[in-house]
Amino acid sequence: MVAVQAFRFNNIMSKDTINKRLDKKYEFGFTTDIEQETLPPGLNEDVIKVISNKKDEPEWLLNWRLNAFKKWKKMSEPSWAKVNYPKINYQEISYFSSPKKKKLKSLDEVDPEILRTYEKLGIPLQEQKMLAGVAVDAVFDSVSIATTFKDDLAKAGVIFCSFSEAVKNHPDLVKKYLGSVVPHTDNFFAALNAAVFSDGSFVYIPKDTKCPMELSTYFRINALNTGQFERTLIIADKGSDVSYLEGCTAPMRDENQLHAAVVELIALDNANIKYSTVQNWYPGDENGKGGIYNFVTKRGLCKGKDSKISWTQVETGSAITWKYPSVILRGDRSIGEFYSVALSNNYQQADTGTKMIHIGNNTKSTIISKGISAGHGQQTYRGEVKIMKNADNARNYSQCDSMLIGDNCGAHTFPYIDVKNKSAQMEHEATTSSIGEEQLFYCAQRGIGEEEAISLIVNGFCRDVFKELPMEFAMEAQQLMEVSLEGSVG
Amino acid sequence: MITFKDLVVDVEGKRIINEFNLKVSSGELHVIMGPNGSGKSTIANTIAGHPRYSIKSGDIVYKKELINELSPEERAAMGIFLSLQYPVSIPGVKNIYFLKAAVNSIRKIKNQDEIDTIDFLKMVRGILPLVGLDESFLHRSVNEGFSGGEKKRNEILQMLVLQPDLSVLDETDSGLDIDALKIIAEGIKNYRNDSRSFIIITHYHRMLDFLDPDYIHILIDGKIKLSGGPELAHKLEEKGYSWVREMQNI
Repeated sequence: MVAVQAFRFNNIMSKDTINKRLDKKYEFGFTTDIEQETLPPGLNEDVIKVISNKKDEPEWLLNWRLNAFKKWKKMSEPSWAKVNYPKINYQEISYFSSPKKKKLKSLDEVDPEILRTYEKLGIPLQEQKMLAGVAVDAVFDSVSIATTFKDDLAKAGVIFCSFSEAVKNHPDLVKKYLGSVVPHTDNFFAALNAAVFSDGSFVYIPKDTKCPMELSTYFRINALNTGQFERTLIIADKGSDVSYLEGCTAPMRDENQLHAAVVELIALDNANIKYSTVQNWYPGDENGKGGIYNFVTKRGLCKGKDSKISWTQVETGSAITWKYPSVILRGDRSIGEFYSVALSNNYQQADTGTKMIHIGNNTKSTIISKGISAGHGQQTYRGEVKIMKNADNARNYSQCDSMLIGDNCGAHTFPYIDVKNKSAQMEHEATTSSIGEEQLFYCAQRGIGEEEAISLIVNGFCRDVFKELPMEFAMEAQQLMEVSLEGSVG
Repeated sequence: MITFKDLVVDVEGKRIINEFNLKVSSGELHVIMGPNGSGKSTIANTIAGHPRYSIKSGDIVYKKELINELSPEERAAMGIFLSLQYPVSIPGVKNIYFLKAAVNSIRKIKNQDEIDTIDFLKMVRGILPLVGLDESFLHRSVNEGFSGGEKKRNEILQMLVLQPDLSVLDETDSGLDIDALKIIAEGIKNYRNDSRSFIIITHYHRMLDFLDPDYIHILIDGKIKLSGGPELAHKLEEKGYSWVREMQNI
């Protein structure tokens, strides 16, 4: 597979000295000066109708949205997560923002300012057509800008486009699968997303097709006071195989911004979906001011027999992360995996984990979660493994490790296990460690200074997860960890 | 090579080393023996600059430079190596990666370019048989799940890769079977030459029999009470430390 070009943070990852580390700032904190078309803040049926109308949507979809909105109004924001934040006023958020000028046929028509933004982010869209094997669907605020490599993918029969395009060009597929894994009434944030989602990515891999390249979506929140509500729907037909990468950044702002996405994955018989995320939303400053509230619902359905869905996530950004990528193992012998590294530094809070629901026979799930807390960061692993009554011979292996750096942070683990079938085999391991003086001294005696030693120890701690990432992504992840940890030890 | 002048060291407010004096010249191999709690490991860690060991007075002069205030990594770059009594593990970090990070960090402190990966691998592969280890050892996590003997061999492997001028070995011979002991002693012996010095801390004479030490020092209550040649180690094992105490009227 060809190199991943889309997420090059390397150029800004130069190593500072330990003394300078405390001053290290978020590197993606620029805004882009382009004409935005933004709806005034507020949420009601009319706003939803405007969004739907702007996107020229069919009536069934509008009704689906309105239905979700009705349900949402009756729901209350979940409060069971171990995170604290002031009450969100949903009427103060704008639910649609898009760069003006639309209907783009090729990259040449994209606003050069936006392209420059992507270049700053290390995504040379122009170049990519020739150089990289990554097809990138870049979502800027709420509208999908351009999808590269469309022609090459089309030859393989792969559909990779913005959600809006899919609604227009592949309505049957969208209608069949939208909300089939995450119903529009699933939870408060999923319902909100269903009501107001503006765009996102759509992927369909046809039968017996191995997607010829890694697919990648890049999300960026740019406009002020907007929420980003994208939706991703990936369908892997029988015997197909796809690896999908997702990356995120946002500008630095003193206000908190809401991001409530929904991702649905469907794997039919013998299909294989690998979904990797490097989430680097703006985490807020060192005093906890600003940052993204990342409330995301991600779920995969192993619908067919012998199917497999694997989630890998590296979560270093966001002020608050509320996220539980899950797998429903319906097909016999299906496999669900969750590999996670989550880091909370300064005042970041993360409540993240997974759910593995075993329904089919001989299903297997693996959970490996690595939580790192530094500064005043709070880190919670919350996971559920559920073995249904008819799921014979289900197996689960869970490993939840926490690492503490410094005395002011916290790590918490909440594993829920619900077994209704006696043939299930469950294994659970959990550890908590801290980077000790003796480890640092050992490294120092061999010439390795503190900054490098911490990075070495943390990367070693995360190795079981990093090795699941596509190789170039793994490098990024390591470097991202380094920067995110800077200043964590005085 | 290294000189200790009236060294006084406290650990967590408690005096452990009191007026310690010693001079080790290039090419010499010195042995420090002493009862438990006499301060042997404190000397070792103080040489390496462990932050928990604070020098209250006195000097450590290494290669004509006062190193009291230098960081552990600076001392490492100057060629000081400590083989730890209890090497710590670093889960998930491959041994080979750790070795390379160490070599390159030291080169960086000395303003040298990073080592070529192929050259580095060649060098390490050449050293492995000297400590009786095979290549699979390089791909295991640092000291994780190692047996006591493997940990000690790994320390000697690191020494041979980093090529220090002063090697301080803190009870590297403890807990080894006779074969492992021979391998480690051979490793040290082969590495020894006129420009390299050793301070070996031990409770036993058995490794010393392979090594031909220049001096044996007996540390009691943080101070050298008796020094002599290799015969002292045997005498000590025969008669015990009470013999030294009686002789010194302590």
